[in-house]
Amino acid sequence: MSSQLSNISDNGIKPIDIVKKNLASRRRAERRFRRMGLAAIFASLLFLALLFVSIIGNGYSVLFQTFIKIDVNFDPDKIAANDPSQGDYPGIVKASLRKMFPDAKGKSDKRSLYQLVSSGAACQLRKMVLADPTLIGQQRTIWVPADDDVDMLMKGHLSRQDDQTTGRFNRQQFQWLDQLTEKNRITKKFNITFFSSGDSREPELAGIWGAVTGSFFTLLVTLALSFPIGAATAVYLEELAPKNRWTDIIEVNINNLAAVPSIVFGLLGLAVFLSFFGLPRSVPLVGGLVLTLMTLPTIIIAGRAAVQAVPPSIRDAALAVGASKIQTIMHHVLPLAMPGMMTGAIIGMARALGETAPLLMIGMVAFIVDIPGGFTDPATVLPVQVYLWADSPERAFVERTSAATLVLLVFLFAMNGLAVYLRKRFERRW
Amino acid sequence: MVKKLFLFTASLAIVFAGFTSPAAAGASRDYINIVGSSTVYPFATVVAEQFGKTTRFKTPKIESTGSGGGLKLFCAGVGVEHPDITNASRRIKKSECENCLKNGVKDIVEIKIGYDGIILANSRKAGVLKLSRKDIFLALAKDVPDPKGGEKLIPNPYKTWKDVNPSLPATRIEVLGPPPTSGTRDAFVELAMEGGAKNFAWIKAMKKKDKKHYKVVCHTIREDGAYIEAGENDNLIVQKLEANPDAVGIFGFSFLDQNMDKIHGSVVDGMAPTFEAIANGDYPVSRPLFFYVKKAHVDKIPGIRQYLREFASDKAWGPDGYLGEKGMIPMPDDEREKFSSDGKNLKTLSCGDL
Repeated sequence: MSSQLSNISDNGIKPIDIVKKNLASRRRAERRFRRMGLAAIFASLLFLALLFVSIIGNGYSVLFQTFIKIDVNFDPDKIAANDPSQGDYPGIVKASLRKMFPDAKGKSDKRSLYQLVSSGAACQLRKMVLADPTLIGQQRTIWVPADDDVDMLMKGHLSRQDDQTTGRFNRQQFQWLDQLTEKNRITKKFNITFFSSGDSREPELAGIWGAVTGSFFTLLVTLALSFPIGAATAVYLEELAPKNRWTDIIEVNINNLAAVPSIVFGLLGLAVFLSFFGLPRSVPLVGGLVLTLMTLPTIIIAGRAAVQAVPPSIRDAALAVGASKIQTIMHHVLPLAMPGMMTGAIIGMARALGETAPLLMIGMVAFIVDIPGGFTDPATVLPVQVYLWADSPERAFVERTSAATLVLLVFLFAMNGLAVYLRKRFERRW
Repeated sequence: MVKKLFLFTASLAIVFAGFTSPAAAGASRDYINIVGSSTVYPFATVVAEQFGKTTRFKTPKIESTGSGGGLKLFCAGVGVEHPDITNASRRIKKSECENCLKNGVKDIVEIKIGYDGIILANSRKAGVLKLSRKDIFLALAKDVPDPKGGEKLIPNPYKTWKDVNPSLPATRIEVLGPPPTSGTRDAFVELAMEGGAKNFAWIKAMKKKDKKHYKVVCHTIREDGAYIEAGENDNLIVQKLEANPDAVGIFGFSFLDQNMDKIHGSVVDGMAPTFEAIANGDYPVSRPLFFYVKKAHVDKIPGIRQYLREFASDKAWGPDGYLGEKGMIPMPDDEREKFSSDGKNLKTLSCGDL
């Protein structure tokens, strides 16, 4: 090195000259690199912004839902007093509509009149009567949900063309809707249904709550199983296991499992839990078991990193004052590693929340109306609900798909936020 | 901290055990389990929802597994862990029926529910295409008869619709359709492509001589980019058609019905794809839809009889029923009556009839 330098100075060129010569190009390279970095961040932010603008733009209108005010006569002829659950409620709704618009005469006219109101209106009346049987024989004015096409029209997602052949409406229906608007009998209200009911094939009656409870039960099973097992494995492998060929094999396999495509865990779940143990299809219990298999490697790897990050001086100090190996682990290593382990667990849970592929195999991609009440009721989860709605022909499911995606994203942000909070709150730097 | 964590885990475990134990005790099921075709799924789900809302039974659970996948699950055996009903967008095959028998599923009730039209549609910004099944075959088959004449097949040379038939517009052939795993694709190649190929007498004659080769000729779709596999999501196809007025899409009637303001269906063999034309059987590309019921499960799983009754009621599958509103094409009166009584009497199917 020194001989080279002396050679250069011998030739009359000083090192500083070399440095100066390409200083400008080195600075240029640095600026170029900075700009490229900025451009990369800017591009990713742009894509994120686009995603949010499109999802929120499509989905925000779900917050409101079109309702129509009708005068209902709870006709005693149509509801048997001894068994109100079997009444002809659709007939009652139809009768009130006919009374409001006596100009609907022919069969097809009447049919297009009935189309303005959701089929959920009859169920609403049925519920009212079942809750309060004294309603039979009385008159009431109530708001009932409008049909999904009417809702789309009111929200401007369907354009209004007075042409019989295009669109979902005929001229007569437009006139009726205009009359309703004039009489203030049609309005948009906050959409409680979307946040409180299960899936439905009528967009105006479909809600996200069934999928949210399904996701909750599934993730509860996943957390209850994967966190204790993952934490115990991490501590054992780091603190107690001897370093030999067997533990090396286990370590390599855990790292491999973390990279296995999630559908494979679904196949495994189908073969083991459904075929061998005979557990029922489509239940959160099995979904949770499958997702446990999927998240375990993530939690174990994060847990081991957290245990490794505890400085050996802590262990040495505990052992020096006479603590046993287990006491050292339980009283010192584990509490100090816990924030890191929990962060790993929450990130694993967030990944499990967004997973659909393994659930396809065990039958959780299904149409389920009833809201699950436990671990063995058939259920579906949030991302599956997004997928099912995206595939439905009705136009009104477009906004519901976006809204369900938003709900899913809110949960993901909340979980990742919790992970960041835990890390900031409890993490110790050495 | 550690103590708290242990308490938390222990309480979770207790809650968990509390929820699971009652289920482990009783191995019965109180809801109907339905699997099968993704084409029948939008119709079966409406019936299931109505059934759940108007009876004291739980709403059936419906999985969309495809016709083949559904029949495989259905035929796996008798017992609560197996499905009670499977939907199919085609009739059960003899091999599938025999597989059922082998696994102890002896009595199967077959119910036809209605028809589905397969539509070729394009954007309203472009004109309505007037196609014949022969045009469809020539435009989409991998190998077509040599236009110079003779009984020879050459790789499909046609680039525009005008090349296929001079009365069609001079736009590039660009068709968005379902992938080979789809039942819609199976029905499309069988009804439209094979129907078109039969116009060539020598290809028709091939059916008797070399059935395998005949199937390959009729059912193979070109792979040079003119036919684009657009995935199973038909909404996506509708969006792409709107963006590209030159493209043509293939999907079920319900998607045309829901998007009449954006797209219009092409006329096939002189028939426009309207509700009436498909119901009469005048529109040539339509197929029947079925579901199959495991007789051994009736009266074991609560509600199967009532579910059949709801499906076979006029307010569901009748000419003015709610299934019609969702885009299913109802059967004629006599067929409805036949399958309604089959459902009531649980008339079973024998594999020999297939």
